[in-house]
Amino acid sequence: MNAARMLIAAALACGVAHAQQAIVLQNATVHTVTKGTFKGSVVIQDGLITDVGAQVLTPAGAKVIDASGKHVIPGIIDCHTHIALDSINEGSVSVSSMVTVRDAIDPESIAIYHDLAGGTTTVNALHGSANAIGGLNVVLKMRWGKDAEGLVMKEAKPGIKFALGENPKRQGQGGQNPFGASLSPRYPGTRMGVEDVIRQAFTEARQYQAAWKDYNSHEAKGESALPPRKDLKLEPLVEVLEGKRLVHAHCYRADEILMLLRVADEFGFKIATLQHVLEGYKVANEIKAHGAGASTFSDWWGYKIEAYDAIPHNAAVLTRKGVLTSLNSDDVGNGDLSTRLNTEAGKTMKYGGLNEEEALALITINPARQLGIDRYVGSIEVGKQADLVVYDKDPLSMYSKVERVYIDGTQYFDREADVAARSRKDAEKKGLMEKEKAKEKSSEKAADKPGDKPAEKQEAKGAKPHQGGSDE
Amino acid sequence: MNRALIASLAFIVVLAATAAPASAEEGGGSFLLKNVTLHPVSGPKLDNASVLVVDGRIAEVGMKVAAPKTKLRVIDGKGLHVWPGMINSGTTVGLSEIGSIRETNDTGELGIFDPQLRPIVALNPESEYIPVVRANGITMAALLPAMPGGRRSDGANTQLIGGQISIAHLAGWTWEEMEVRRAGGMHLSYPAISAVSFDPATFSTRRGSAYPKAKQQHDLQVQELSGFFDDARAYWTAKKAGVAVKADLKFEAMIPVLDGKVPLVAFASHEREIKEAIEFAERQNVKLVLANVIKPRSALELIAKKKIPVILGRTQVGTDEEDDPYDEPYTLPARLNEAGVKFCFGTFDEQFARNLPYQASQGVPFGLPYDAALRSVTLSAAEIWGIDKDYGSIEAGKVADLVVTDGDLLEVKTDVKMLFIRGSEADLETKHTRLYKKYMARP
Repeated sequence: MNAARMLIAAALACGVAHAQQAIVLQNATVHTVTKGTFKGSVVIQDGLITDVGAQVLTPAGAKVIDASGKHVIPGIIDCHTHIALDSINEGSVSVSSMVTVRDAIDPESIAIYHDLAGGTTTVNALHGSANAIGGLNVVLKMRWGKDAEGLVMKEAKPGIKFALGENPKRQGQGGQNPFGASLSPRYPGTRMGVEDVIRQAFTEARQYQAAWKDYNSHEAKGESALPPRKDLKLEPLVEVLEGKRLVHAHCYRADEILMLLRVADEFGFKIATLQHVLEGYKVANEIKAHGAGASTFSDWWGYKIEAYDAIPHNAAVLTRKGVLTSLNSDDVGNGDLSTRLNTEAGKTMKYGGLNEEEALALITINPARQLGIDRYVGSIEVGKQADLVVYDKDPLSMYSKVERVYIDGTQYFDREADVAARSRKDAEKKGLMEKEKAKEKSSEKAADKPGDKPAEKQEAKGAKPHQGGSDE
Repeated sequence: MNRALIASLAFIVVLAATAAPASAEEGGGSFLLKNVTLHPVSGPKLDNASVLVVDGRIAEVGMKVAAPKTKLRVIDGKGLHVWPGMINSGTTVGLSEIGSIRETNDTGELGIFDPQLRPIVALNPESEYIPVVRANGITMAALLPAMPGGRRSDGANTQLIGGQISIAHLAGWTWEEMEVRRAGGMHLSYPAISAVSFDPATFSTRRGSAYPKAKQQHDLQVQELSGFFDDARAYWTAKKAGVAVKADLKFEAMIPVLDGKVPLVAFASHEREIKEAIEFAERQNVKLVLANVIKPRSALELIAKKKIPVILGRTQVGTDEEDDPYDEPYTLPARLNEAGVKFCFGTFDEQFARNLPYQASQGVPFGLPYDAALRSVTLSAAEIWGIDKDYGSIEAGKVADLVVTDGDLLEVKTDVKMLFIRGSEADLETKHTRLYKKYMARP
């Protein structure tokens, strides 16, 4: 890297620390989600929303963007995803609270960009559902181009994944996984066993917590005592008991949902979100009484027996019965549903009759509340981080598309620029492929010569400048 | 109104006096639907229009359909929209109930060549999927005997010819009543060179090393496929010549395909397979429909030139590869439309079969004209399946498969208010609405 590049990189790294040019999104239909929808403008300064309303004051030197005819919504928050992770499931043990997906963030995953292109700005990246108690989560902002730590939303409350039902008990039933690989049996193999694994883990966590309390009180009194042995599996569970870590629990059936709520009651902690929660509509009263949130799909059903009673009205019933509800994608790989959570929300207007504001809340302020980040994101309000999506039409309609996306006041997606860059990218890709093909050909030729070491030859040929290649 | 019509209306009144009201699944009903916004698809939208249905067929359509003087059911549809029933051109609805439970799945039979299989006989009229899919405005489905791309872990297709594709109405007491075409097409999973294999141990795909092996596998399969067609043709030729041949149900089933009466529906997703499938169909002189086209690249020109219809899969998916433009699945219908290719949609599953209309409208903000989107799930589908004489649009003489909505058929917010199959009103209650009502009412 030369000196000039290093300077640019350093400047970029400072990013938000430098004063940003103020931006005004003018004359749009502004869906604040929490404070109504109106024709007006949004002012962005230093990464934050500094003004919003029918009339705003344009700061000196601000970049004014005419957004008449456009719709502006808060950045979409996906409360359950597995994108941008190198690995998802530590499937060897039934309690894997010692691992965290934060160690497996893949900042180069194209899914981050695809999420952006669909208006998703914040995601709850979760461990998989293979274990009754899974690994720790990480909340990411889709700051495409930043490194792994640069994606992490540091304000978010830490969390942990739990899983109930078919997935965590699958390996306990031996046989094969859905793709035909044989599994060695692992406890638990039933929903009874899933409850037991969780109760056992929290029984241990309580003892561990008590041992440390005991030790600390001796320490405080100046008495000599031996510290308990540090246990990385139990520490996050103690944080759960102390209300410092959010539980995001994968679940389907009403019975297992109720079971988890009662186990949490027994040990005195709260479930932050019930994830998928396809039969949540059956036990909405109990969920509300416990104070858990629900994060579900718009219309998935029937793909396994525990999803056979799933109904697309789930989000609406839960909302009507007073449960804080969101919709999520559960995406893996390149990103799929997370690129159109807006129309997934639109479906709740048909299935259960939510109004526009309620539908939008399912993918903005509600997941923000569930993740404990509603002070920062989830609605268009003064003082919040400027995570904004500009649509060309009604964001809950099939006929709309995302035009621009801002995170912390920085524009991370611009459809026009994306489309304009395609021919250049195609040419670059073609050039690279031709270069590779030529390399292959020359190494084949080299390999044909008797007595030559192909590996050495290939390296030598590859080092030569090649016609038609792109700049690297 | 002509005399014949009056006569038939009079007949209905007589019937109505003696019989109980026709249920959804009984023979065609009769009614007048008036004051609606009509979307015939075959022609421009009509405001304040009416449709007269007699004995399950559309008798008259227009602004001035006279109310019959007989005691016919008259439905005032003020504020509502009427559309032709939609056709899901590839689904396993009624054949597969719970994806992860093998016992509930009747797709993907053993064997490499199974042209004799007829999915209609495995259609479970009591499947919970049927009302669910119907309630979103889908009146007809092309039933797939096998899923596309069902590959073994070594990359080879499990089946090449999975069976016939049956076309069925989504209402009826028995599969026989639901049948529209027993053999609407012949399924073929065209061999692809797939160097990507799934590793079940790590739940991930593996790429690389396998190309020469995959190529060899592909060549072998193409050879087998050609051999099978050649054998079937020899059988047919011998039979035509009066030679006594041992009856073979597989070859018998191939005769309508070789004869050009039943299209070969080749699942081919990428440039190379598409081109090969087109060449293959030409060599075999059979009628071709392409299915699950994902990334045609230069083959698009060929598809257009040869006027080969296409059944697209779901557009609401992620990109095929990571360096594809983010909107590539969304722009695919527009690209086909611009090239002049006739296309329709299938969902190739049961779970999302009800979301058929959104596969079409997903293309609209990305360049597909609205009318083309609407046509793709109605009239174009009927044309591709060769049933447009009776289905696909609202025109006098066609079967009354109608959907009544409170808004745009292709929009997620829209509610289906009434649905008619062969002129009989179908139940819009589903497992979902039953559970919804039950638990909303829970104190």
